Amino acid sequence: MTPQTHEHDVLVIGAGGAGLRAAIEASAGGGRVGLVCKSLLGKAHTVMAEGGIAAALANVDDRDNWKVHFADTMRGGQYVNNWRMAEIHAREAPDRVRELESWGALFDRTPDGRILQRNFGGHRYPRLAHVGDRTGLEMIRTLQDHGIHQGIEVHMEVTATRLLKDGDRVVGAFAYDRQRGYFHVFRAQAIVLATGGTGRAYEITSNSWEYTGDGQTLAYDAGAELIDMEFVQFHPTGMVWPLSVRGLLVTEGVRGEGGVLLNSQGRRFMFDDIPELYRTQTADNAEEGWRYCAGDKNARRPPELLTRDHVARCIVREVKEGRGSPHGGVFLDIAWIKKHIPNAEEHIKKKLPSMYHQFKKLADLDITREPMEVGPTTHYAMGGVRVDADTQMSRVPGLFAAGECAAGINGANRLGGNSLSDLIVLGKRAGEYAAKFAKENRPGLIDEAAVADAAKWTLEPFDRAGDETAYAVQRDLQVGMQAKVGIVRNEADLAQALVEIGKLRDRAARARVDGNRDYNPGWHTALDLHPLLTVSEAITRCAQVRKESRGGHFREDYPKKDDAAFGKINVVARKGKDGSMEVSTVPIPPMPPELLQIIEEMK
Amino acid sequence: MTTTAVFRIWRGDSKGGGFEDYRTNVSPGMVVLDAVHQIQAEGAGDLAVRWNCKAGKCGSCSAEVNGMPRLMCLTRLSDIDTSKPVTIEPMKAFPIVRDLVTDVSWNYRVKKGIRKFKPRPPDAPDGTWRMDQGDVDRVQEFRKCIECFLCQDVCHVLRDHHKHEEFIGPRFLVYVAALEMHPLDTDDRLDELKQAHGVGYCNITKCCTKVCPEEITITDNAIIPLKERVVNEFYDPLVWIGRKLLGTPKRGGGAP
Repeated sequence: MTPQTHEHDVLVIGAGGAGLRAAIEASAGGGRVGLVCKSLLGKAHTVMAEGGIAAALANVDDRDNWKVHFADTMRGGQYVNNWRMAEIHAREAPDRVRELESWGALFDRTPDGRILQRNFGGHRYPRLAHVGDRTGLEMIRTLQDHGIHQGIEVHMEVTATRLLKDGDRVVGAFAYDRQRGYFHVFRAQAIVLATGGTGRAYEITSNSWEYTGDGQTLAYDAGAELIDMEFVQFHPTGMVWPLSVRGLLVTEGVRGEGGVLLNSQGRRFMFDDIPELYRTQTADNAEEGWRYCAGDKNARRPPELLTRDHVARCIVREVKEGRGSPHGGVFLDIAWIKKHIPNAEEHIKKKLPSMYHQFKKLADLDITREPMEVGPTTHYAMGGVRVDADTQMSRVPGLFAAGECAAGINGANRLGGNSLSDLIVLGKRAGEYAAKFAKENRPGLIDEAAVADAAKWTLEPFDRAGDETAYAVQRDLQVGMQAKVGIVRNEADLAQALVEIGKLRDRAARARVDGNRDYNPGWHTALDLHPLLTVSEAITRCAQVRKESRGGHFREDYPKKDDAAFGKINVVARKGKDGSMEVSTVPIPPMPPELLQIIEEMK
Repeated sequence: MTTTAVFRIWRGDSKGGGFEDYRTNVSPGMVVLDAVHQIQAEGAGDLAVRWNCKAGKCGSCSAEVNGMPRLMCLTRLSDIDTSKPVTIEPMKAFPIVRDLVTDVSWNYRVKKGIRKFKPRPPDAPDGTWRMDQGDVDRVQEFRKCIECFLCQDVCHVLRDHHKHEEFIGPRFLVYVAALEMHPLDTDDRLDELKQAHGVGYCNITKCCTKVCPEEITITDNAIIPLKERVVNEFYDPLVWIGRKLLGTPKRGGGAP
């Protein structure tokens, strides 16, 4: 069957915050923009973001500005970030947030009617513009409702499986639609990848079925580089009970509003280990910590608001040493604030409404009265497609990436709230430069042989016999990655993981699909195995190279940070000529003096 | 303790289909969507279902469980009688794609036909606005909507009378209410509301409010105020004459 062909100037693959923002920008200049999304429009993972959008608006604390935000982002990323990206992000985030308001977003307000900002881990001042704890929904709906009037052609429930090239350039994409299983060829002078993360490679994750590393793999297969893949963010607070909701996110906003972490002995264990890098900024007693959450500008933040990588490891330590909660987590208590404020119950429901409902509905637990049980969950990929900071273009001409599937801004660890701002700041830039590239370049030629090959590959699972299923392969991969390439790693486990990934590839090549091409999740799961295995291999290989511990990457065989060997490099993975994965290190360019000075001043 | 239960799931496509029974394990805390996933992995690999967040935040997994429109991810098995087969069927107000998946594209077309947000000029020289939290709060209830379309599914105007071309349904009346009551919006959608959007079709049976997983008081807080604005505008002779003579930019007034 001949694929249906669609002609666009810019094709955006992925319709979360970054993809929508890129599409809006690309269409602003009048170009024909196509937007492909794996699910229905408005259902992407951006919808799950709870806490807020980090931007130095300085509405709540006038000491805040882009320089402080930049320094916070670099400190959080342990200085292996792309500093230019962190600079652009900190400088442009306020304008992007105000723009959302002009498109209809309704943020919570300060008493004088401006956008309210809240505290979050690793941010020196209250910086997160928010709407209760459903900021992501507000953002995606605002972008969606604005975007549908921009002349963007939306292709819902379509999955891209291969990029098509004309020489060095990317000139199109091959895709199938979920509803009927029909094939589609998208022709475009520029393509923006905005497919999100890789969380589905792990057993305990906050990510939905979609996050199988599609953009990273499309780029990798097309000759682009992946960078920082070893840095996986395990969010410290996911639900641990009941099993069916294990991994589901509990927003950092709970801690921002004063929630504390307790072990089974009732001890606030986060006071026991405060890293040197944050010692001067962190409260050393409970009373000061509470004053910070209550808005006292002279108080330092409580240790619960240290960076996510650190909090996650402290929780793992407590559990490992036998001080965990009944279901293998620790306790997160927000109810205790009733000691400090008279109307605590109403306050919690107002500030954390979806957390209140989530626990009430899924765990029969009233967070205004009882502590929650929480533990780390795979949340975010700091690594992804290596792109230019200013234009978001990869090393493949015409191929751009933004949002979680791109990399650089977050370094070794992302601060909460920096993702939503990243989506709109760098998403906008990706759309802008993709549109520019599309204008300056003529449409390329589609290689019909490549299309035929992509179609053949896509249909292969139907021709297989035997009893291997995609669901089983996916499950075994997730269990293996969780155990061997998870929060705590070592050389032997990583080596073993690579062997297992190799075996799983063989099994994936045998996975059989029943039924036909109409909305067949078994088939979709089988096709998602290639990207899942590719990013799993990249995470594992990059983790082998970085023989130190930094941010989201912790090696128990190299538990210390090694600045001399690894403080000024990034790890890069690319596809070699023989098709195997090549991993190498690249130096981080020296930071210009004015940025260095900012970091010195903020230390 | 693990027990088992039977799930009677509708399988088929636009040409037809029927219920098939699947027995699977039930463990504590499990929701209907978990059971569907388990059944998929245990052998019904091609059982079609939409889902994403599994936390009641994206509104993808809408279906009818024992005849009630529900999000499968928020329907706990401990809250339903599993001693009898649990029926799971697709939404009825939309065309079937396959199994539990329906074609909801009509909703996206309807939204595109509603006039977009149009803010007043900024309040401050730096291009920003000032808004009172109280004014924001009133609209936030509507902006909680996760577009699961369960309210559309249960609305008899759509479900039984198929007035999809004449009536936008509760979801989009909530959407229009959110725009009309937005503190910054200056556009006026009352003409469309009466004509193309068919607000008059709603006869306030409140079925939509009952099924809303976000607990939005759809009828009382969104639809009735819109109906009142339309009535005031088009059926109040004084307002009508006033409008003919003077014209007013934003009709219907501010807060109800």
